Amino acid sequence: MSKRGSEAIKIALEILVPVALVGAWQLEAMHAHSKKFATPWSALVYFPHVVHNLWPTLERLAAAFALGTLAGVAIGLPLGLSFWARHAAMPHVEFWRNIPPTAVLPVSILLLHSIGDRQKIGFGLFFASFPVLLNTIDAVRGIEPTMVETARSFRVSRRERIRRLVLPAALPQIVAGMRNSLALSLILILVAEYYSSTNGLGYVLLNSKNTFVYRPMWSAILMIGLLGYALNALFLLFERRALGWHRGWRAATPQ
Amino acid sequence: MSASSQVLEIEALGKTYGSGAKAVHAVGSVSFAVADRELVCVVGPSGCGKTTLLKCIAGLLRPTRGRVVLRGKVVTRPPEEMALVFQEYSRSLMPWTSVRNNVLLPLRHKRLARQERNRLVEDALGSVGLARFMDHYPWQLSGGMQQRVAIARALAYQPSVLLMDEPFASVDAQTRSDLEDLVLRVRDEYGVTIVFVTHDIDESVYLSDRIVVLTHSPTEVKEELPVELPFPRDQIATKELPEFAQLRAHVYRQIKRERSAEPATTPVPNTGTGV
Amino acid sequence: MPVTGQVAAGVGALPSARPSRLRIVGGRAVYVLVPLASVGAALGLWQLLSATGVISQQYLPSMTTTVRALWDLLLNRNTQATFGAAQTTPFWDAFARTVRGWALGLGIATVLAVPFGIILGTSDYAARAFRVPIEFLRPIPSVVLIPVLLIATPAFGISLRSEVFLATYGAFWPLLVQTMYGVRDVDPVALDTARSFGLGRLERLRRVTLPASVPYIVTGIRLASQVSLILAFTAELVGIGTPGLGQSENVAQSYALNAQVYAIALAAGLLGVAIHVVTSAGERRLLHWHASQRTRNR
Repeated sequence: MSKRGSEAIKIALEILVPVALVGAWQLEAMHAHSKKFATPWSALVYFPHVVHNLWPTLERLAAAFALGTLAGVAIGLPLGLSFWARHAAMPHVEFWRNIPPTAVLPVSILLLHSIGDRQKIGFGLFFASFPVLLNTIDAVRGIEPTMVETARSFRVSRRERIRRLVLPAALPQIVAGMRNSLALSLILILVAEYYSSTNGLGYVLLNSKNTFVYRPMWSAILMIGLLGYALNALFLLFERRALGWHRGWRAATPQ
Repeated sequence: MSASSQVLEIEALGKTYGSGAKAVHAVGSVSFAVADRELVCVVGPSGCGKTTLLKCIAGLLRPTRGRVVLRGKVVTRPPEEMALVFQEYSRSLMPWTSVRNNVLLPLRHKRLARQERNRLVEDALGSVGLARFMDHYPWQLSGGMQQRVAIARALAYQPSVLLMDEPFASVDAQTRSDLEDLVLRVRDEYGVTIVFVTHDIDESVYLSDRIVVLTHSPTEVKEELPVELPFPRDQIATKELPEFAQLRAHVYRQIKRERSAEPATTPVPNTGTGV
Repeated sequence: MPVTGQVAAGVGALPSARPSRLRIVGGRAVYVLVPLASVGAALGLWQLLSATGVISQQYLPSMTTTVRALWDLLLNRNTQATFGAAQTTPFWDAFARTVRGWALGLGIATVLAVPFGIILGTSDYAARAFRVPIEFLRPIPSVVLIPVLLIATPAFGISLRSEVFLATYGAFWPLLVQTMYGVRDVDPVALDTARSFGLGRLERLRRVTLPASVPYIVTGIRLASQVSLILAFTAELVGIGTPGLGQSENVAQSYALNAQVYAIALAAGLLGVAIHVVTSAGERRLLHWHASQRTRNR
């Protein structure tokens, strides 16, 4: 088959398959005539009624993500630099990164004695910090030794080395960690809201289940899906801006 | 040569890793001196610890035995007046910032006015012919140009001693000859003393005032060879001289002897300090 | 030359052949003692904060109380008295159920994701066809499925099937992505070489592509395993409420038995660590030959 022909088929598939799937959902929901299942269209149309719950979720998400990133870098930097600090911290890091976060949810409610923003953000930022933390440690440890030696040979002070060499060099990997952290923050906040809260998208899901009114639920689900997609897309834009040099460098340098 | 004109003295320098049966003697016992404005080339068989030696001289590694004396002061950490140029330029230049900022990095901690710093950077980049590329990223330049940036960075630092560790090994042959001439020019313009490590024998004869030939591991100085070729050196004319061929052949023979000699049964000089 | 290993001592001070002072003083034992001391210090701090009332015992039961509660749970002691009249699942039963949910989730995800990932990795048509649905479904947090499963009675609802579905759904995506990457990352030179030796498409798949993608798949299984545990536990704790450790923790919380809540969380953490140790060890064992493993232990 010619190249253009096969490319055309691929584009067609790329468009038709998703459309077919959405169409199938729509038809199935319409056909089922069930109060429980909403069609994608009706879910979309219901957005204005749900959107006031989007903002609390978004705020908590932003706070958890931002603070989690800061904590991850702030702790990851000294751990990456010092062998003994890393060794001492190792059991703690290994334990907390492997515990199912949901298990800590009731604990967070008890410990922070709240089910408000404080608890949700605290819970979110704690676990969202791990991807950034781990990536920061890895990046700092993996810094090109030749670059470090060069800086040392020019008597660049330790603080300057950290500021002008370690952090910029670690940035690509830190940003990769941030991307995971963003997705994770969304999940954590939603779970926290679904478990117990008074507002937010997770609350909408919780409430639907309790009140047996399902349209808000589907609307919220669609909104969450779009939110996840939008956050990812926005992050890619940010990444492109922040790491423009990195792509050029990797393309030019044989790895 | 009187003692007062010896800028750099390497006294019985040795470096051993590990201890006991598993000890690795990177450098055995190396002694030589470098006079002011001299260009000394250090050559030896592969794996004879040339890089380790240079790093000890630069103050980046602590020697196990012996010491390095720069203008009368013992070197224990990177001294103010020394600058080092590595072979792997792409790994020593920071890819996230411009050529200008790369050259600027070592100057930041020196107490200089901003104007003065910028002038040094521009002059250095001008001397290596890269004034036009100041605002490029290093990886946008060719290999030879990147190495010139590394040299400019060392020059802007205004060292009195320049250490170069096989700087042109990763560069193609034609660029290499240009860079060799650049080093000679730099020595004249800036009046720096240069210790140049290389495995390229032609290069060592072409550049130097004196060649230090090293033995295989554990490394010692096999021979010091004055190079009495006329200045200014020229890639064609100088290399056509019979003296060039003789020197070249002599060094080559020495190295070949070292390479084919048995692995070291020569004991490491025991000065009692051990590892 | 043995130099680089020594000099790559991060951005620290002048390196030399001497090991750090701590190592000299303590000998090899420090490598174990330092982490142990760190754990001890943390536990001690916990006890201190709680027992002295800096953080009220209501919010943070003391370390000793929690450990005792965990011990009671492990020995199946006192559950009747602890939970009052409510019939709750004995600890080890709950533990087994959680492990079962995890295992089924991981297993089914593997059976689905690996073949599908291979297909998507080798066929560009398939990859393009499913690109948009995958990009859309992948970022959807599995948690939104919980209410959907609950109302999808009688097929799902509150049942093991829901828990497993959730765990499978979550574990599926990282494994799919890893498999796709692994298949796509095969060295084209190796494939060309195979083709020049006359190997057909299926043979190339079997002998070049699959072995080369095993490291990625194994890493994917480790990631999927972690997600599966989280979702199994989540299903038990939140919303669905199938019996298991998660549900036990929820019950403890509703009866305000704080020490039990902390104890079960601790147990869940240890389970997570255990699973991680097993999957990592398996990963290392299977991949000791691969370049990515060789460079890891710098």
